[in-house]
Parts: sequence; structure tokens; C-alpha cells
Amino acid sequence: MLKILKYSFFDLMRSRWSYVYFAFYLLLGIVLLFLNHDLSKAVITLMNVIIVLVPLIGTIFGVMYYYNSKEFTELLLAQPLKRSSIFLGQYLGVSLSLSMSLILGLGIPFILYGLFKSSVIWDFSLLLITGTFLTFIFTALAFNIALSNENKIKGFGYAILLWLFLAIIYDGMFLMSLIIFEDYPLDKLSLAGTMLNPIDLSRTLILLKLDISALLGYTGAIFKKFFGTNLGLIISFFTLSLWVILPVTRIVFKSKKKDF
Amino acid sequence: MKKTFVFLLAMFMAYLNYAQNIEVCNTCPISTLKAAINLANDFDTITVRKGTYKEHDVLINKPLTIVGENYPVIDGELKGEIITITSDNVTVDGLFIINVGTSYTEDYAAIRVRKSKHFIIKNLVLEKLFFGIYIEKSNYGKVFHNKIIGDAVAEYNSGNGIQLWYSNHVDVEHNYVQDVRDGIYLEFADHCLIKNNVSSNNLRYGLHFMFSNDDIYEDNTFENNGAGVAVMFSKKIKMFNNIFRENWGTASYGMLLKEINDAEIIGNTFNENTIGINIEGSNRILYKNNDFINNGWAIKVRGACYTNSFLENNFLYNSFDIAYNSKVNDNVFDKNYWSSYTGYDLNKDGIGDVPYRPVKLFSYVVNRTPETIILLRSLFIDIIDFSEKVSPVFTPDNLLDHNPLTKRVTW
Repeated sequence: MLKILKYSFFDLMRSRWSYVYFAFYLLLGIVLLFLNHDLSKAVITLMNVIIVLVPLIGTIFGVMYYYNSKEFTELLLAQPLKRSSIFLGQYLGVSLSLSMSLILGLGIPFILYGLFKSSVIWDFSLLLITGTFLTFIFTALAFNIALSNENKIKGFGYAILLWLFLAIIYDGMFLMSLIIFEDYPLDKLSLAGTMLNPIDLSRTLILLKLDISALLGYTGAIFKKFFGTNLGLIISFFTLSLWVILPVTRIVFKSKKKDF
Repeated sequence: MKKTFVFLLAMFMAYLNYAQNIEVCNTCPISTLKAAINLANDFDTITVRKGTYKEHDVLINKPLTIVGENYPVIDGELKGEIITITSDNVTVDGLFIINVGTSYTEDYAAIRVRKSKHFIIKNLVLEKLFFGIYIEKSNYGKVFHNKIIGDAVAEYNSGNGIQLWYSNHVDVEHNYVQDVRDGIYLEFADHCLIKNNVSSNNLRYGLHFMFSNDDIYEDNTFENNGAGVAVMFSKKIKMFNNIFRENWGTASYGMLLKEINDAEIIGNTFNENTIGINIEGSNRILYKNNDFINNGWAIKVRGACYTNSFLENNFLYNSFDIAYNSKVNDNVFDKNYWSSYTGYDLNKDGIGDVPYRPVKLFSYVVNRTPETIILLRSLFIDIIDFSEKVSPVFTPDNLLDHNPLTKRVTW
């Protein structure tokens, strides 16, 4: 598995797209920091970008990589290798290289700016951790979609739809349900609603760390009580890990049964 | 002959009225403030030398000037009220008053002025107090350069720093009030001037106005108070150049206006408050040249607010600029600078060519269902805000700033 991981990783490292991705974050970080001069503001803007863009790139990249390397995968399948190690290796290669672009691309300008002397270092690390989680989650979901769909166009379609659903439509439905049930106590529902969607969960985690919680009023108090404690943080990270583990298990099962 | 007599009489009266100076110190013949007041004639000056005086229920019932040298300590030993003034023309200067008693039936104060005129209370330092300076049915006085440092923990068993009750024409200037329940509290106090005070870290309000008309408060700083500043049920109040800062918490605001009419709010700065101004049932108010920076809500309009004008203010980086809960709008927004304005200015006259809509759909939704705020900064919210901006359905469609400025207002 490690060998395949290494191969995928270096294959991607050599590809143009990782450089573009890396350069994009580098540029974003530099522009935000050196034009804005306010670290905490920059973190908020970055959050907006990360919440939307990281899942999108993860999904598209994952699907694309799977379809592109399909012939090579089939070649590998002819060798005496465990199927799970082939697919897991590829998956880890993709998500690791994407996360590395993210972490280095954003980390370098921040370190140059003097992040270690600043108090937002924890917010920033939280941002990077959730960004990495989101990469792993959405790449795994993308691999799932690609494994289940032979048709490339269909696969891409589903991948985009998945992103659209979790990033936008889910929030719309969530909002509607909150408004429809406004006569009932909603704190449990809203808590559950955020927990179920990894994008929402990451957003809420970062927002609460950035002390916007006072805006949230009564709901904020409940959220702060939940996410602000160590237990809440552990549960949130556990949920995020669950979002990684479940799709990965499905990759393993699916790849075992699939006919090539 | 008659003239000489009148002159002599005048001289005699002047002699009688000639102000003596009585000294009080721990080793003097007169070693208590009470004894000194008993001995004193009208218009005498009592000088209190440095030392500690364990006294309470000191009653000043003659027009006297009491001056402390190097801040003598008047220790009330938690037994009750410390100084009560019932005479006109009393001046109290330079005392350090501590340990006021706490009572749940009587409002013990460090210094109370009752039914008097022309009093001056200055340069006092009050600590460990219940109520600080309590002015009751007294007019034409001055309270200035005092420092009040409380240690209030809970609202129910703490008092206010400076309280004015049924008192008119009182000037409150250059005071520092912190860690009490309400920093400065005015009830039924008209024509007062509150100027250059700093009120911070109080449990409830930095400044609290009730049923007080025609007052001016200017150049004050209100910082980190439990709920901010509350101005209620008052008319014709002028609020100039105050700073409201860091009143941050789930039930906090910079300023709460409730049933306020014909007020002027000019040149104030609202920085990092959960709600900059919370307005309820307030009419004909002019908001001009205020800065709203980094607040959660810059202005939250609750209802029954008519004919207010918001002119030439700066709204900078607030999560929500305006929250509005009805579809009817009778308030005017004109020539403000909005940091989230995205229009253009083709003829370069400094006024944007596209009107700005300060109420976002999301702020309308949050007003209706507060729980939805957890969707703040979600992409979906940005999309619905954008579509509402293009064609308003839920927010009042005449709530517009027709002349949004493209550069920050300076004045």
C-alpha cells in the first residue's frame, strides 16, 4: 500500500494541478495578509474560502484522478496485490498531496508574516485542521462516487451535485426546517443539523472560536457550551473522523466486490 | 448718619458671617467630623487632615465646606450611610470614603444629598460601597472628579455609582465609575449634563436614564458593561461624542433606546458591541456622524420607530448593518458610508450611483427565528442575500440609502 501511496503522491506532486492549487493558496494568503494587515480578519476571509473551495477541489480532484488513472489501476489489479491497498494507496496519495498544498500554501505566508508571535495561531491551526479534514472527507466521497459509476460524465455530475448539496442545498433545507418548526425548541435540532454536515460543522467550529458566539444569542450560548468545551471539540472531531472513516470503509468494500 | 449706620451694620454682619476654619485631625482637640460640624457656624470651612476616621451617619445640616487634605479616610465600618447632606451650599472635597453598609430596605450611600441646592461634590474616592453618590430631590449641583470603585458581584445586592433622583440641573463631570451595578443612574432628572465620565465594567448599565428629559451627555466612555447603556422613557436628550466599546455578550448592546423621542445622537463611536444601538419605540431621532465599527448588529430596530433619520454615519465591518422586523419603513437613511456597499460611482462625485439596501434578508430571517443564525457566513446565505438585494421581497423595499457614500465620512 505504501508503495502505491508513494507512487500516487509523487505522481500528483509532479502534476501541474497541485502546483496551481498550491500557488493559489500561496497567493491568497499573501494578498490577504499583506493587503489587510489584520490577522483575525484574514482568518475569517480564509474560512469563507476554505469552507467552499476545499470541498469542491477535493471532490473534483478525487473524481478526476480516479478516472484518469483507471488504466493504470487495471494494470495494478493484474498484479498480486490486495485490492484495498491499491485503492487506499491512491486515495491517501490524492488527499495527502491536496492537504499538503493547502497547509504549505497557507502556512508559508502566515509564517512569513509572523504567525507564531500572534494570538490567532490556534484559530489558524483549527482552520488548517478542518481544511485537512474536509479534503480527506470529500476525496473519499469522490472516490466512492467514481467507484460506483463507470460513466465519467455521470460520475462528475454526481460529484458536483454532492458538493452542491452539502455546501448549499443542505443549508437551504436546514434553514427551511428551522423556520417551519420555529414554534418548537430548536436548539437540539440545530445542533444535530450542524453535526450532520461536515461543512457546517467546520464552519461552526471556526466561527465559535472567532468569538462571534455573542452574536448567536441564546442559540450561541448552547453552541458555545457544546463546542466550547473539550468534550464538544472531541465530539466534533470524532464526527469529522467518522465522515472520513465511513466513506473509506465503503471504498474498501466496494473495491473488493467490483468487477473490472 | 444713616449711611454710616448701614455701613456699620454691614460690617458687623460681615464679621458674623466671616468663615472660620475648623481643623479636624486624629490628635487635634476636634477629632471627629461630627464634632466639627456641631461646632461650626454657617459657611465655615472644615479641614480634615490625613488620617482614618471611623464615622457613619454624619449629617451636614449647615452650609459648610469640608475639605480633605491628602485624602483622609472616612471608614463607615459597614454600619450604614456615611455622609448625608441636607443643607444648601455644601461643598465636599477630597475625602476617601470606604465601607458603606449594605441594606435591602434602605439605599445606604457613601454620600447622599437630600433636598438641597448648590452642592459641590468633588475629588472623592469611594470604595467598598453600596450606593456611591446619591442625589435626591436636589438641584443645581456639581459632581465632578470623583472615582468610584465598587466590588459588585450580583445585581440584587449592589447599588449604583452615581444616582440622581428627582434632581434637576446637576452637572456630572470627569468621574470614573467601575464595578458597581449601574455606573450613572438618572431617574426623573431633567436638564443635567453628563460629561467626560468613564463608566466601565459595571454589572448592568454604564449609564441608565429613566424618565429624564432635556439632558445632555457627551464625551463619555462606556466600556465593557454588563448590558451597555440604557436610555428609556425620556425626551429631548442630546448624546454627543460618546464612546461605546466592547459591550459584548449574549444580552449586551452599546446603547438601548426605549421610548425616546426627539433625541440627537451625534458623533458617537460604537465599537465591538454585540448590538450597537437597539431601538424600540423611539421617534424623531437624529443619528448623525456616528461610527459603527465591528459590531454584531450596528442598529437593531425593534418596532414602533418612526421618522428617525440616519445621516452621514459610517458603518464599518458589522456582521449586520441594520436589522428590521417589519415591512413598513418611515425612517430615512441618507449619505451614509457602508463598508459592504458594492456599487459604483461613474461621475466621481463621491456618491454611489446604485442605492444601498442595508437590511439583508438573512437579518430579517434571524429576527424571525433567532436559531437560524448558526448559518451565518454560509454560502447559501450569501446567495439568498444576493437575490434579495436584486429584488426585495421580504425586506422593506423603500428602506434604501439613495446616496451611499463611496468614501468614509469625516467630520
